[in-house]
Amino acid sequence: MASTPTVADIGTDYATRYGFRDPEEYFLRSPKGLSHEVVEMISRLKKEPEWMREFRHKALEIFLAKPMPTWGDTAMLAEIDFDEITYYVRATEKQEKSWDDVPDNVKRTFDRLGIPEAERKFLAGVSAQYESEVVYHSVKEELTKQGVIFLDMDSGLREHEQLVREHFATVIPAADNKFAALNSAVWSGGSFIYVPKNTEVAIPLQAYFRINAERMGQFERTLIIADEGSKVHYIEGCTAPVYSTHSLHSAVVELIAKRGARIRYTTIQNWANNIYNLVTKRAVAFEDAVVEWVDGNIGSKLTMKYPAIFLRGERAHGEVLSIAFAGPGQHQDAGAKAVHLAPNTTSKITSKSISKGTGRSSYRGLVKVRKGAHGCRTAVQCDALLIGEKARTDTYPTMEIAEDQVRIEHEARVSKLGDEQLFYLRSRGLTEDQARLMIVNGFIEPFVKELPMEYAVELNRLIELEMEGSVG
Amino acid sequence: MKSSSKPVFECAGVHIHIGEKEVVKGVDLTVLPGEIHAIMGPNGSGKSTLANGLMGHPAYAVEGAIRLAGEDVAAMTPDEKARKGMFLAFQYPVAVPGVTVASFLRAAVSAVRGAEIPVREFRKEMLARMEDLEMDPAFAGRYLNDGFSGGEKKRVEILQLLMLKPRFALLDETDSGLDIDALKVVAKGINGAVSRETGLVLVTHYQRLLNYVQPHVVHVFMGGRIVRTGGPELALELEERGYDWLEPVAAATGGA
Repeated sequence: MASTPTVADIGTDYATRYGFRDPEEYFLRSPKGLSHEVVEMISRLKKEPEWMREFRHKALEIFLAKPMPTWGDTAMLAEIDFDEITYYVRATEKQEKSWDDVPDNVKRTFDRLGIPEAERKFLAGVSAQYESEVVYHSVKEELTKQGVIFLDMDSGLREHEQLVREHFATVIPAADNKFAALNSAVWSGGSFIYVPKNTEVAIPLQAYFRINAERMGQFERTLIIADEGSKVHYIEGCTAPVYSTHSLHSAVVELIAKRGARIRYTTIQNWANNIYNLVTKRAVAFEDAVVEWVDGNIGSKLTMKYPAIFLRGERAHGEVLSIAFAGPGQHQDAGAKAVHLAPNTTSKITSKSISKGTGRSSYRGLVKVRKGAHGCRTAVQCDALLIGEKARTDTYPTMEIAEDQVRIEHEARVSKLGDEQLFYLRSRGLTEDQARLMIVNGFIEPFVKELPMEYAVELNRLIELEMEGSVG
Repeated sequence: MKSSSKPVFECAGVHIHIGEKEVVKGVDLTVLPGEIHAIMGPNGSGKSTLANGLMGHPAYAVEGAIRLAGEDVAAMTPDEKARKGMFLAFQYPVAVPGVTVASFLRAAVSAVRGAEIPVREFRKEMLARMEDLEMDPAFAGRYLNDGFSGGEKKRVEILQLLMLKPRFALLDETDSGLDIDALKVVAKGINGAVSRETGLVLVTHYQRLLNYVQPHVVHVFMGGRIVRTGGPELALELEERGYDWLEPVAAATGGA
């Protein structure tokens, strides 16, 4: 029994398990704080085309002009000191081509995360982001043969400028929100994926991200274009080490699913509990396209993330399946948006959250149906599980329906990990800890079963619930 | 069936408070190996509180002696009692979404038997017991009590009884909400759980389950107490006359 982690332990031994960190050895880092000089420096170092340089500067203007959000956890947001953040850090001089060339300290970090092994086993291509620059990136021959482009965003811009220019920031313009503007100004790294027409990428494409510099923001930028009739599954997982001062992570992810294409984007994020995770994720789905966001958020100080799907073509379908775990002192403000712009489009939002101790989770969702988008169907389900008397959950659903011929379902449920459930399971011989684990595992099961096996295992490890033994 | 060896279950002077309110007001009960007892009483008499309290419901304050096969279990937690061989079939089993009947059962069986049971062996046993209870094997993959009908929940309780093989079991209103066919199946299951070594207490409002599961001892429970104890004929008398005629007895024994 002694070795079975209890629910109370979740996250407590984070420092020893995931908090290893390497001494910072950087060839280059920008001075603290944000300015046109910093933006200029980033763009010049990357030898970017003029249009991108201008885009960054314009985005910085927008960022400076936009007020902080007046909704969400404004108290926590107010604690971010933008002048104390380093906006660009480069770990190594140039892009590494093979694992052998990766510097030892970087490799050690990946070793501890099990990256090489995972890569050997079944990664099609690993784009492991260490700090702001992608240092290791391999794409299997198979993908190249298929004409699939899987690069870090910087290389994508260099090697496929026209393709990037045509789509970049079309889904999430710099002016979308303050943090999208920030990302647009200082973005670095992230993934660029293009899947040609009628091409199916059989193996999930995976990237691993890490933040390793104190008070350093990480602003990756991901753009996935699935051309007509293509299919791709992209997985990102994050594990950040523990730090005493706040780090800011503000990514922008844009997905474009053209006619009949299918994109699934799976995220498992486990941030140290001092990190601000303010992410803008949005997809457009054209005629008959399907986009699925599978989004798991564990850790961080504050997460604000609402994966969105704009259903622009007839019969397009969008799904958001998310889970958030808010431990003591954490706030998971997560949700989803489904915007029905075309007739007969469908969407499904399933949001599950667990709040433990003083943890707080919020569901913030938007379902919008434009006039003329008849025959739409949408189903929203929010389940919140509270562990402990101080745990908190709130639901902020917004529905803007401008069309009569639609079917809308909304269901919200709050349950407490309660005495009756515990008593029932304990009366069958399970200890209190085993019973709690079983209830929590059951609660996240609908999410876990959507993950590839190794990620399901990873998730369980991340939230330190040992399925085996307690569930059998 | 009766044997004269030492009791499989005993309790004495059991009082149960829910908050300020005393619901069970002094209960003595002795169950010998091989015996089936019925505790019958009207709604609100406190018989469910007695069953839950004996198992160790966390919201109930229980006083008095409780012994399982001679061992003092009064201070034990519900899971300790379960691992000692005590069982409660719930009147209203709660749902545990996301946990399949099979994975739950396997965890429970492993906990109670004190060793991880191999998957194949477990499945074989579970499917055999499910067949006994005329349950669709697909049931094993459903989430525990989640969206189950009343009858399905009761069958799953009995399935647990058969898998966990307790020494002593309390069955709380297991007959309620069952149609006659389901009642017969459940009764068959209960009878299958009885042996020379086990003791069983059926807590029920109606006599109808007792047509299929023959009790050796019948207790009438009213106002938080056992007011009368007799043989199987007492159950029939209750069926005919109801509980009202016992009111004076309850009042008399209640005068403290």
